[in-house]
Amino acid sequence: MLFRTLPAALATLLLGAISLTACDDDDQPATVTTGKLNFELENVVGAQSLAFGTPYATLAGDPFSVTKFSYILSNFKLTKADGSVWAEPESYHLIKQSDAGSRNFTIADIPPGDYTGLTFTIGVDAARNTAGAQTGALAQDNDMYWDWNSGYIFLKLEGTSTQSRTGVFTYHVGGFKDPYNSLRTVALPLPAGVTALQVSTTKTPELHLKADVQRLFAGRYPVRLAQMITTGHGADSSAVKLAINYAAGMFRIDHVHNGD
Amino acid sequence: MLHTVTLRRLIPLAAAGALLVAACKPDKDVEDAFPAPTPLTLANPQGFPAMASMPADNPLTEEGVALGRMLFYEKKLSSDGTLSCGSCHQQSKAFTDGRARALGVGGRQHARGSMALMNLAWAQDFTWDGSHTQLEQQARVPLENPLEMNQPLAAGVAKLQQTGNYPKLFGRAFGSAKITEENVLKALAQFQRTLVSSNSRYDKALRFERSLSSTERQGKQLLGHATSFVRGAECVHCHDTELFVGPKHTFFNNGLGLPPFTDPGRGGITGVAFDRGMFKAPSLRNVALTAPYMHDGRLRTLEEVLDHYSEHVQASPNVDPQLLNSPNDPSGRILLTPLEKQKIIAFLHTLTDSTFITDPRFSDPNP
Repeated sequence: MLFRTLPAALATLLLGAISLTACDDDDQPATVTTGKLNFELENVVGAQSLAFGTPYATLAGDPFSVTKFSYILSNFKLTKADGSVWAEPESYHLIKQSDAGSRNFTIADIPPGDYTGLTFTIGVDAARNTAGAQTGALAQDNDMYWDWNSGYIFLKLEGTSTQSRTGVFTYHVGGFKDPYNSLRTVALPLPAGVTALQVSTTKTPELHLKADVQRLFAGRYPVRLAQMITTGHGADSSAVKLAINYAAGMFRIDHVHNGD
Repeated sequence: MLHTVTLRRLIPLAAAGALLVAACKPDKDVEDAFPAPTPLTLANPQGFPAMASMPADNPLTEEGVALGRMLFYEKKLSSDGTLSCGSCHQQSKAFTDGRARALGVGGRQHARGSMALMNLAWAQDFTWDGSHTQLEQQARVPLENPLEMNQPLAAGVAKLQQTGNYPKLFGRAFGSAKITEENVLKALAQFQRTLVSSNSRYDKALRFERSLSSTERQGKQLLGHATSFVRGAECVHCHDTELFVGPKHTFFNNGLGLPPFTDPGRGGITGVAFDRGMFKAPSLRNVALTAPYMHDGRLRTLEEVLDHYSEHVQASPNVDPQLLNSPNDPSGRILLTPLEKQKIIAFLHTLTDSTFITDPRFSDPNP
């Protein structure tokens, strides 16, 4: 049976290959001259992975659970040891705890080299905040836009807490103009033992970032759930305080795989 | 022996291969029979967000939309010839049926109500639980579900193929008179994408063609987020943008019940316990025409809906916190006054689009 069908199967494959390529004029492989970085975002609460509905506590001891956690990261920049900087064009990434796919993304078209610095902004810069209807990470219907303020929500954290008089809390951070400018840019150090992100045409480093929810509640403006159960849902001082907290330490590069 | 077998097998294969290669050029005998369909563009009404991208293999055409309209009202697509899509999606009711829960072939009752059909070209989650993200795939469910039209699509295709008119209409829309399941679904999707509602009194006010009454304008204000100084009903969090619809790929538990939920909603799709009892937030456009309300039609009137959000939201572990954290009242409840509820309902009536529900392009072509 095998002997009878194998030549026929091979012929089918061959003909299939011919018919597939017959319409293509150029079969020259494009020469790859740039590299990529893969990002994996893991949302955590201290040492635990974040899961909706799971009981946690803030560093101050307030019990809470999370029902929504979403944020926009933008304007990724990579710095080499000589100080030269590469910036990702159209650099807007929406990360949602509710959407596992959104927690992995790739930055492409990076000039090969050893990069020692990484910075990004939490939020959406003023220029794009006022540019009207957009698509992709900045689409208006992503659950991250204030219609009434014509501005993006940079970060949403919602959940429950027995400390809250209403039983719940809703933190929405946004605002890009002084005095209530919540835009924050963070520079993340490489983890110990990693000297550089080695981007090449053949190797794609993988960065595993952790975002620690506890750091929203802690920092320069300690937040207690008995006192603050909501932000103003517009540019205001409560949003700025949260932004100052989370910019100081919510994100870190946990580990890097420099590619094989 | 080996050689003869191989050769016998190779000859038809070679012929098939030759056909495949030749397929790069239009086959005159087939292609010439039907002229290419006429492309159709859908305008983006003022203020609407960007349209969802059309599937590359199913662009809108005049012939495809016309065929889709015929199919939408075609009872041959149900097992006993009594129902069409239009039976549960009636234009006069913004394509709902006025029932709490839909009735299928033989009077079998669905667990959920018929959803309004409008502005689907902007939508990316279909049905109450977002089980489908493409209209082309979604339409198969009601056609084949034993609780709905109860007929394998293949059987519907066979019935259509035997008619005098449909093979020709499929040929004009898709270039082949041989009807396929895929092309039935494509045509239905095309027609549904043309169901645009953007001409309500609210839209006319947006375009400065007329103005709303003071009560209606106050109702619009009350749809919004409350602050320490401005009252609001928090509607906009889930009924967002000029489409007044839930954000994409986002589902909400709006406090209708407590675990275990009778209908798992989104949790039935994801298998995640936290998603149980979560549903798509449908559009508020034409909402005055789409009673009764909620996925199972449990609330009969807009007044009951407002009472629910104002006073009766149940605090399940995954309820949307926006519904329990209002600055309107120290309890966090939204607690609207009777007058505020009336104003909101007055505004909701401005979203009724009488042009949409009477547009002859959307009606049964063979009433």
